[in-house]
This record gives sequence, C-alpha cells and structure tokens, in this order.
Amino acid sequence: MSQIQSVPQEIEAAAAPAKALGRAIVLTSGKGGVGKTTTTANLGTALAQRGAKVVLVDADVGLRNLDIVLGLESRVKHHLLDVLEEQCSLDDALVAGKHTETLFLLAAAQSREKDDVETHKMKELVASLRERFDYVLIDCPAGIELGFRNAVAGADEAIVVCTPEVSAVRDVDRVVGLLGNRFRPQLVINRLRPALVRKGKMLSVDDVNGILRLPLLGVIADEPEIIVTTNRGEPLALQRNTPTGAAYHAIAARIAGDDVPAPMPASSKPSLFERVGEFLGGKRA
Amino acid sequence: MIDFLRRLFGQPGSSATAKDRLRLVLMTDHLELAPEMIEAMKRDLVDVISRHVEVDRERIEVNFERQDSALAMLANIPILSVNRPNGNGAHAAPEPPKETPEPMAAAAAEPPTEAKKPPVRKRRRKSSKKAAAAKGAAPAATPAPAGAS
Repeated sequence: MSQIQSVPQEIEAAAAPAKALGRAIVLTSGKGGVGKTTTTANLGTALAQRGAKVVLVDADVGLRNLDIVLGLESRVKHHLLDVLEEQCSLDDALVAGKHTETLFLLAAAQSREKDDVETHKMKELVASLRERFDYVLIDCPAGIELGFRNAVAGADEAIVVCTPEVSAVRDVDRVVGLLGNRFRPQLVINRLRPALVRKGKMLSVDDVNGILRLPLLGVIADEPEIIVTTNRGEPLALQRNTPTGAAYHAIAARIAGDDVPAPMPASSKPSLFERVGEFLGGKRA
Repeated sequence: MIDFLRRLFGQPGSSATAKDRLRLVLMTDHLELAPEMIEAMKRDLVDVISRHVEVDRERIEVNFERQDSALAMLANIPILSVNRPNGNGAHAAPEPPKETPEPMAAAAAEPPTEAKKPPVRKRRRKSSKKAAAAKGAAPAATPAPAGAS
C-alpha cells in the first residue's frame, strides 16, 4: 500500500495531488463488443485534452485491449495485478499517453484471470487513484460475474454503453438493474446508423432510451473512421474537427458538467428514393 | 398501384419489431428477477378478492404468459364460497347455485363470475395488454435486485 502512494516527480508534475477527490467512473454494458473499450479510450482522451488528469484502468483481466486501442501496447511493462499484488509500484505500472500529457493507462494483466483480482484491493486502488487524478475511467469486462463486480467495486458513477440492438439493450437493462441507484448510470448510444434508423431498420435513440430511460450523455455514429483510428492506435477524439471526434468531446464536456447538448449524429440527407418512399408512407411501420 | 410503389421504395422497417420484442422480453426479465414482487402482487390480489368471496389461499397460482405482442398475467384463484349479494352471513358450505358445480373458478372460466360483482374482475386487470405494454418501459431500471456490490 505504501508503494502505491509513492509518487516519482515526473508523474507528480502531471498528476499533482488533487484538492478534491477525482471521480471514478466505470464504463460497462453487460454485452461484449458494443464498444466499451473504444469509448473509454476516446472519452479519456477527450477529458484529458480538456486539461483534466485522467487515468484509464483496464479491468478486463485476461483480455487486455485498452493498451492497443490507445497505441500504448509496446510501453506496458507492468499491469493492474502487479500493482494489486504489490509486485511493483503504481507509478511503475502507469503508462503515459502518447498524444495527451495528462492521460495515463493502467493496463490489465493478459496472462491472468479475472478471479485473481481481489475486490477489496481493487477498491483500495481506485480510491488511491482518485486522490491523484481528476477522472478514473474503468473499462469493465463484458459479463456480470466477478470481473464486472471488481470493475464496479471502486467506482461511484457508471456510464453504460449500448448499441441499437435488442441484445445490447436487454443486457444494459440487466446491468442497470444490478448497478442500482448508487451509480447514477448515464447512457452512451454507440454505433448508430442514421440511414438505417431513417428507414426503420434500426432502433432509434428514442426507441432505445424509451426502454432504458437513462440520462443520455450522447450518441456516437457507426463511422469507418473509428475503425481506422483504432487500427492506428490513435483515438478519434484526437481529431476534434471530425464529427465523431467532436461528439466524443461533447460527451466529455457533459461528463465534466458543461451545459452542452447531447451530441447526435447528423442524419445524412435522405436520398430521393427514400423521400419518395416516406411520402408514400411505406417507411416507418 | 400505391402498394406497388410502397413495395418498390421500401418495406416496413424491422425496428418496430425489435422494439416490441424488447418490451416484452424486458417485462418477462423483470418479473423473473423480482419474485418478491409477484408474491406481493398475489397477496394484494387475494386480499381484494377476499373482500367478496372466500378463496383458497394455499392453492393460488399466478402465471405470466406471452400472448401475441403482449404479456398477460393469469391467476387461478380457487373460490371456496360466495356470499349472498345482500346477506352478510358467510356460508361456509359450498351452496350458492352459481358456483357449486365447480368451486374452482379458473381464471379462464370468467364469464359466470364477471356478471356478479365488478370487483372480481380485478384479477383480470393485469392482463389488460395495452396498459401493461405501455407501462412496460417504466419499471425497466427499478425492480431488479441490486446484486452488485
């Protein structure tokens, strides 16, 4: 524990002890593959670009991914379990972000299992991170078992990531039930395809949140750019001038408490064919 | 002609189907996750019905069934005896002509009881699909037990 609190100067400069405790926010979804890790990386990047000190904790022990999405995979020397088991100090394990000075990563252990994490130690770790960072974003593994419970243990807020799919909505509903009121879960709808929604072929934002009824942080469109930037390990939030990059920044601003509207993907103009179809009333049954 | 054009320019979307299926499945999920709510509902139901007829509390069955696009609650409440409309004596013996042939008035066999006293219909309330479906989303977040801590 004493190791965890020791702070070498270079990091202290970036993450000076905060006056108030930082916020610990878990990003979760129940279902896998909805974009939790990508969302964590992008929101973390956007928050850090606002000048906040941010640490991203990959709680997906055994399936480490946040490092590669952030392009930091070659810099990870120690991981979460090393810290929890006091094999190294916290500062040995924190990896500084490539493009954003105030962003740090605590990677998951790849060769270990979720059951190796002790819940109370996870809680202690997050508590000590909150003393040093403004935001502790915890990337939760899929599922609702021990890995989920450990990821959630130290958090005091939750962001649930949901795609407009029946399976994802159902799982988010379940996770929100498990979280209870303490975490005040807020919703990010990911991978929305406005063209499909317009054709009545995909659940709309209203459909999804008509069912979930959660405070909506924002909506991210299903954009090829997200795949491209993930391929490169450079979160799209680094490109504020792109619509999706701007959307991540708007969500980050809302997390920080700014009074800005929840970002919605611009619905690309309907084609002539679609407009004729709508005129005939055949689209939205 | 219009039909032909409609078919040409786009068929009804599947998102409406998705929405309906989700509503229904979440209602079932929430019921499954809240057995204590079902017990409480059963108790209340019986309390209301007991004001008018004597029921067999031990043998009450409550089930939920999917019917087309809605969820229905089916309650089977065996009636032991029925008081005379204006008499206040509780007739313990199963004598009222209307109910005697089969004291176990199943939920399905409603029409005979329906004619007698409006309150008895209480037990159909929940199966009013539209109401249940419309409200389905509201309790979405609430009833599941908080097991994560």
